[in-house]
Amino acid sequence: MAAVRIPPTLRAEVGGARELEVTGSTVAEVIDDLVTRFPALATQLLHDGELAPFVNVYVGGEDVRMRDGLDTEVGAGDHLILLPAMAGGC
Amino acid sequence: MATYRELLAQTRSEIDEISTLEARERLEALDGSLFVDVREPDEWDEGHIPGAIYTGRGRLEQRIEGLVPDKSRPLVVYCSAGSRSAFAVKVLEELGYLNVVNLASGFSDWKRSGYDITIPRTLSPDQRARYSRHLLIPEVGEEGQQRLLDARVLLVGAGGLGSPASLYLAAAGVGTLGIVDADVVDESNLQRQIVHSTDRLGEPKVASAKRTLEGLNPDVKVVPFQERLTSENVDRILGEGWDVIVDGADNFPTRYLVNDASVWSGIPVVHGSIFRFEGQVTVFKPHDGPCYRCLFPQPPPPELAPSCAEGGVLGVLPGIIGSIQANEALKLILDRGDSLSGRLLLFDALGTTLDEVSVRRNPDCPVCGEHPTITEYIDYVEFCNAPVSL
Repeated sequence: MAAVRIPPTLRAEVGGARELEVTGSTVAEVIDDLVTRFPALATQLLHDGELAPFVNVYVGGEDVRMRDGLDTEVGAGDHLILLPAMAGGC
Repeated sequence: MATYRELLAQTRSEIDEISTLEARERLEALDGSLFVDVREPDEWDEGHIPGAIYTGRGRLEQRIEGLVPDKSRPLVVYCSAGSRSAFAVKVLEELGYLNVVNLASGFSDWKRSGYDITIPRTLSPDQRARYSRHLLIPEVGEEGQQRLLDARVLLVGAGGLGSPASLYLAAAGVGTLGIVDADVVDESNLQRQIVHSTDRLGEPKVASAKRTLEGLNPDVKVVPFQERLTSENVDRILGEGWDVIVDGADNFPTRYLVNDASVWSGIPVVHGSIFRFEGQVTVFKPHDGPCYRCLFPQPPPPELAPSCAEGGVLGVLPGIIGSIQANEALKLILDRGDSLSGRLLLFDALGTTLDEVSVRRNPDCPVCGEHPTITEYIDYVEFCNAPVSL
């Protein structure tokens, strides 16, 4: 099981959780697991089957777009971070 | 027992001396000669030979090996008239310095001859007291404090992030703070915007911030821009010349505008953003590290990007993130330490956790990449409300 850090802007869609345990050996499988459990996340994370351009996903602190995108491997115990842009400075 | 005069004459006969003209020739020849000033601190402050190092006669023996480890380096020692420095030359020879000469007629004759002098900038006694805790830190010191006093930082937003950032920058003695904000102080701001106060309700935020910051530190000049940053005014405002931008804007159009303008004008941006219990902070150094568009090529649609006004924010959170922004801005000015360029910190105030992710330059970045596709400001109002296409 890997763990995914849920950003505050997406917590309403997952019942308020800050972190979730997920299954999957690639980023695609992890997102699939999340979307299956929390269908409202689909539009927030995916765009035409690809990662939405306004969301970054990090595995081990590295942006998966700099690695293998959705095919990036996820190991048991890995820590994933979902990061949508936030603009607030107020 | 020798008198002073006899001792001086004796010493001068045992050392090598050069004339003022010879000293100038050495300075101009850049032959590696190092000028060592052994006068009193107030004499040094009134002017010295360009490039000279200072060590008062009283601590010469103690300090010189730290300042000049190479004992074969040619040294030209001077005081005001050549007497104190004669004894200094003798001592340096006893310490093993092999190539030391005395400037026979001293700095007075140098100055009288009309040769160049450097007048060091010094802190006033008030400034020495005010910044004493900075002066004690080797990484800041007097030179660093002068840099801070000379520095110009532009704060975009005088709100949650801009409040603590501007307060700490002003306290640190950053000499010029530009502040861009079109809003007036509202009651709902005061839970976190600590640069303002209850008696400022209804006052423009830039005016309120100016009063607070200039009241905190008279060395600080606040330049207010009571306007919203737009594609129309961004060149004028950035064109006033800034060393660092502290971005505490509250919307995506301004974030992208600040980014594009900073990349094109080469000004580093200390970026912070907050929402509820979560803060993000990083540094964008144009063409050296990633920019905001490398991190987030495009903004989320408005319905997926609630603002603090809609979602709320814990009052202390901007205090933490804005203070980190001030820290990064000070380090950029001082050119010390490791900046957050290439790293994004994520602070979760609920769990009190700090995560760090890497941010890399995107070779395909539409603004700072190898083949930029964005070369002029976008109409950001439209950009924000319309379906996004970059």
